Amino acid sequence: MNTSTVSNAAAVHDHAHDHAPTGVMRWLTSTNHKDIGTLYLWFSLFMFFFAGALAMLIRAELFQPGLQLFQPTVFNQLTTMHGLIMIFGAIMPSLVGFANWQVPLMIGAPDMAFPRLNNWSFWLLPAAGVLLISTFFVPGGAIAGGWTMYPPLFMQGGIAYDMSILAVHILGVSSIMGAINIIVTILNMRAPGMTLMKMPMFVWTWLITAFLLVAVMPVLACAITMLLTDRNFGTHFFDASGGGDPVMFQHVFWFFGHPEVYIMILPAFGIVSTIIPTFARKPLFGYVSMVYAVASIAFLSFIVWAHHMFTTGMPLGGQLFFMYTTMLIAIPTGIKVFNWVATLWRGSISFETPMLFSLAFVFLFTIGGFSGLVLALVPVDIQLQDTYYVVAHFHYVLFSGSAMAIMGGVYYWLPKWTGHMYDEKLGKVHFWLTAIAFNITFFPMHFLGLAGMPRRIPDYALQFAEFNMIASLGGFLLGASQLLFLYVVIKCVRGGIAAGNQPWDGADTLEWTQTSPPPYHSFVTPPLVK
Amino acid sequence: MAVSVASPLPVSSHRKLLIKLLAVVALAFAFGFALVPLYDVFCLATGLNGKTAGAKAASVGIGGLSQPVTATASRIDANRIITVEFTGTVMPGLPWEMEALTTSLDLHPGELHQARFRVHNLSEKPIVGQAVPSVSPGLAAQHFEKLDCFCFAQQPLAPGETKELPLTFVVKPEIDSDIRTITLAYAFFIVADSTSTAKAPAAWRWF
Repeated sequence: MNTSTVSNAAAVHDHAHDHAPTGVMRWLTSTNHKDIGTLYLWFSLFMFFFAGALAMLIRAELFQPGLQLFQPTVFNQLTTMHGLIMIFGAIMPSLVGFANWQVPLMIGAPDMAFPRLNNWSFWLLPAAGVLLISTFFVPGGAIAGGWTMYPPLFMQGGIAYDMSILAVHILGVSSIMGAINIIVTILNMRAPGMTLMKMPMFVWTWLITAFLLVAVMPVLACAITMLLTDRNFGTHFFDASGGGDPVMFQHVFWFFGHPEVYIMILPAFGIVSTIIPTFARKPLFGYVSMVYAVASIAFLSFIVWAHHMFTTGMPLGGQLFFMYTTMLIAIPTGIKVFNWVATLWRGSISFETPMLFSLAFVFLFTIGGFSGLVLALVPVDIQLQDTYYVVAHFHYVLFSGSAMAIMGGVYYWLPKWTGHMYDEKLGKVHFWLTAIAFNITFFPMHFLGLAGMPRRIPDYALQFAEFNMIASLGGFLLGASQLLFLYVVIKCVRGGIAAGNQPWDGADTLEWTQTSPPPYHSFVTPPLVK
Repeated sequence: MAVSVASPLPVSSHRKLLIKLLAVVALAFAFGFALVPLYDVFCLATGLNGKTAGAKAASVGIGGLSQPVTATASRIDANRIITVEFTGTVMPGLPWEMEALTTSLDLHPGELHQARFRVHNLSEKPIVGQAVPSVSPGLAAQHFEKLDCFCFAQQPLAPGETKELPLTFVVKPEIDSDIRTITLAYAFFIVADSTSTAKAPAAWRWF
């Protein structure tokens, strides 16, 4: 990788006393936030393609009604693993990768607070990833009970279930350590003069996300520990034969699961809040309200969990409470969307690839937010529970939300990370292919869900055939377009027009005061923030 | 390669914050487990999870009728009709079949009714099973009174045996006026350590 040689050379110049190992050992033993950020990003890109390949298989099976390629069990393995790997293997690690690269650079810190912990946080991931993927090859196949791991299904499977629980445990430990590191870095290592309310928006969103991680990842660990002991050690937390209650798992799981949704979107908000002011050439509109909006979203995320469980049988009071709190989230989210739009207003807007991704994010994420409001309505949700409407909704917030913000962020900071400009023309082609293919894939799913097509089923009634074929064709195009993304990223890493310190004239955060790529040890002397 | 650099705050303040955050992690982990008893108490107080009052009697081990039937059947609300549906499932590990012979009943609250289920042992071993009831909507559970239920006791079945199991119940007139349909679902579980089939599911699950 060119980055490594360039930044190593810089390091040698800056710190002659520094005996950095080279080759594989450099990456295995690195405590440098930039190296580790790079590792996180490559790891998540690999997992993105792996889980994406599973999605291609799902769409291939659903291309036509009937069972063509897979038996139902295998199909369920595909949907389960696609979800689990995309969430824990692709989106979360990539956001932590952004935090590793950007948080120290944006607050003027030399590195993360606990560099060795940082190394360990990352290197747990490949172990967990291998464990998770290897379940495809054990007797009985991979987990097939859905990424939400509901008992009793999850208590009945074979060895793959125990392996996956262990893998999720490891991923959770990694997330918690990463989150602690980020909190300490942000709270203790900001450059002199950078008060909390002067922090870049991306840093704010990650600070709040890290607190969410610290609060809810242990609850997930707790839920799956109970699953594990129910499966292997004769406890009866969720086992009804011993007086347990499977519905309780759903409560504990979603107490984690809903904040988890915001863990995946808040840093994406931060990325978009960084990109839009840059290319609108205006400061972010309503910075303070943005901070408070993120904090309120984080708070509300703890009191909405049961909206995932409206069909489990809940008294009217409970349904109303969770319906209203869920709808309340639209207010801080709406504030953010309006602030982004207000930032654009009368700006000198230019449409480079990161900006295109961010604008698509604002538009498409809002569609996902609206379908979320529809699902928050109890009577509607009871109809739409576990249909393709839900699948459409969460892909609008997770793909055109998180994933497209991440891609925009990659284009935005690639010049800083590598020192080269990416291929703008190919980047734009990638954007338009992604945005169009995404909508071809997922918009018809709204109609499928409204017409009653259930999710997680490999076969379907004939009236769903046309929309499924459209969705599959869109899906294949969407998958193929991401190969272009890989090509653009590799091309940029290998070379290109020199980026210079400040390739984006509207950017004003601290990382742009550094060279591109930044020296191996940046901000050895803290900058003074006025 | 830890380069000691001038950081705005000393390392000791990192440690203090680290300890606080680890305490938060530990608390959150403990909170997850604390949710279990909290959940049980909450459900007991509200009857939300569909556990019927009769199920409590089962834990005492009472099998037959324990109170005069006429006492509860005296107040019949003839103005209301409630549909009660019955269903039964056999959980993995128990090689039985279960069928609700009475699939649904239309009744007035306060009336005494009987529903029948049939179980059949498919295996060549004597097996003991235990049925666990669940009422939905959950709020109906506290007004669904079982006077006699096969779920109060463990049910032994000889190899290949078929048995009819009765359930005598009353839906109390105090039940919420907006409830028109009640579903009573039984799940039959194998009683542990009675046979060696406890580990059987691993095989048939996949084939």
